[in-house]
Amino acid sequence: MKDGDTTRPARDAAPQWQTEEGALMIAECRDCGEPHYYPRVLCPFCGSENVAFKACSGRGRIYAVSVFRRADPPYALAYVELEEGPRMMTNIVDCDLDAIAIDDAVTVVFADRDGIPTPMFTPAAP
Amino acid sequence: MSTTGKAYIAGAWEHPTRKAVDKTLIQLHAENVKGALNDAGLTLQDVDGFFCASDAPGLGPLSITEYLGIHPTYVDNTDTGGSSYVLAVGHVAQAIAEGKCSVAVVTLAGKPRTGKPNKGEGAFYDDPNCPDVPYELPFGHVIPNLYGMCAARHMHEFGTTSEQLAWIKVAASHHAQHNPNAMLPQVVTVEDVLNSPMISDPLHKLDCCVISDGGGALVVVSPEVAKSLNRPLVKVLGSGEAVKHLNGGKTDLTYSGAVRSGPMAFGQAGVTPADIKYVSIYDSFTITVLMTLEDLGFCEKGQGGRFVQDGNLISGQGKLPFNTDGGGLCSNHPGNRGGMTKVIEAVRQLRGEAHPAVQVPDCDLALAHGTGGYLGSRHGSATLILERE
Repeated sequence: MKDGDTTRPARDAAPQWQTEEGALMIAECRDCGEPHYYPRVLCPFCGSENVAFKACSGRGRIYAVSVFRRADPPYALAYVELEEGPRMMTNIVDCDLDAIAIDDAVTVVFADRDGIPTPMFTPAAP
Repeated sequence: MSTTGKAYIAGAWEHPTRKAVDKTLIQLHAENVKGALNDAGLTLQDVDGFFCASDAPGLGPLSITEYLGIHPTYVDNTDTGGSSYVLAVGHVAQAIAEGKCSVAVVTLAGKPRTGKPNKGEGAFYDDPNCPDVPYELPFGHVIPNLYGMCAARHMHEFGTTSEQLAWIKVAASHHAQHNPNAMLPQVVTVEDVLNSPMISDPLHKLDCCVISDGGGALVVVSPEVAKSLNRPLVKVLGSGEAVKHLNGGKTDLTYSGAVRSGPMAFGQAGVTPADIKYVSIYDSFTITVLMTLEDLGFCEKGQGGRFVQDGNLISGQGKLPFNTDGGGLCSNHPGNRGGMTKVIEAVRQLRGEAHPAVQVPDCDLALAHGTGGYLGSRHGSATLILERE
């Protein structure tokens, strides 16, 4: 799948997060121009069904994060604000959980979850 | 058509159990409905309106009305999580104003400690038909971390502290010490909260509500019925409701749906936050209370931490007594749904039937607010303003 591929998000229950080239992808509306998350069969801002996937830079910043300490091992649930605008629920991984802070720059890494490449984020190299 | 003054809460009853080992879910519902009707001085034969939510066993109101042997002319099982029972009172008022019913019961029951999880307690959590589930389940969203993210963002934007959040639990515990049915009747300090184990940053164990079995019910009636009963008159003055969600990725965790449900209720009631003598605020976590007080206009956005500190929510001590039964934080959060008990304690206050140690003097105007679902993703907000006539 190429950047700007017009394949429409059609099946709401099967998450698609990655382009064939391995980039993070989200959806945008070809009528009002707004990107959105999660992808769905219509634009949540204008109602148009003219929606398509688009590739993202994979860069963003932590909007909110909480380390769930009751789990073993603990893990970080977060909303990351993508460079393209939308905020998405994810995990912050491969890092010192005690050093994570809101506004930290992060980049996407994909983890296999039930055979689906699933986007998580790790602190960006300084 | 305005519904102001068209409905009165004539019966309010909270089940005393917190662990219903020997009771079925439907038995709890039946006891709640009977308890509220007894409180009002009415019987099952008087009921012509029935309101429940997803905690009712079976399909909507079908099995439960059959079990009770009632034949309502109006039913509603709108579900907005724990706020459903606050929202239902507004819906009853509309139904009564339209002449669809004149004696309505609203019921809640749950057994999260002793029963099989039912659809009212989150059995939809991994339902692939739910569109958000595939985009959230892989990341381990559980209830405390969804609320933890809200608290973390609030601290980041407004400088709110864990000490300020802890004051909310401290206030609830001061009230719970007078409630013989409270699960956590011990008075706690800010230090106790901060020293309790971290559950999900920045929320400690004592920032969280209890988990309890039980429930309660309300009887909401027309003015004619209310005036025929030998109970104090508690009038539904205003109501408002809203749903807030992630908004396609334009997600903002700093406010709740109370920013919309609150003005609706205040506008209908024709009063302002400064007029309110007592508030029941949904308290799944301390952060839920803090954000809701801001969103309802009891203080400026971002000033909730300062507003709640130093005992400002403690009855007889602070400016805005809240949750004088001990709330969900210390007393009861039946079926993981705290809206019902919010309305019940507001009714007690307006009748002058709260515990004498926490009764607000001359309490003639009260607010009850529910937040159902998840503050950190999607939730239903319902605000109710009640007046003693």
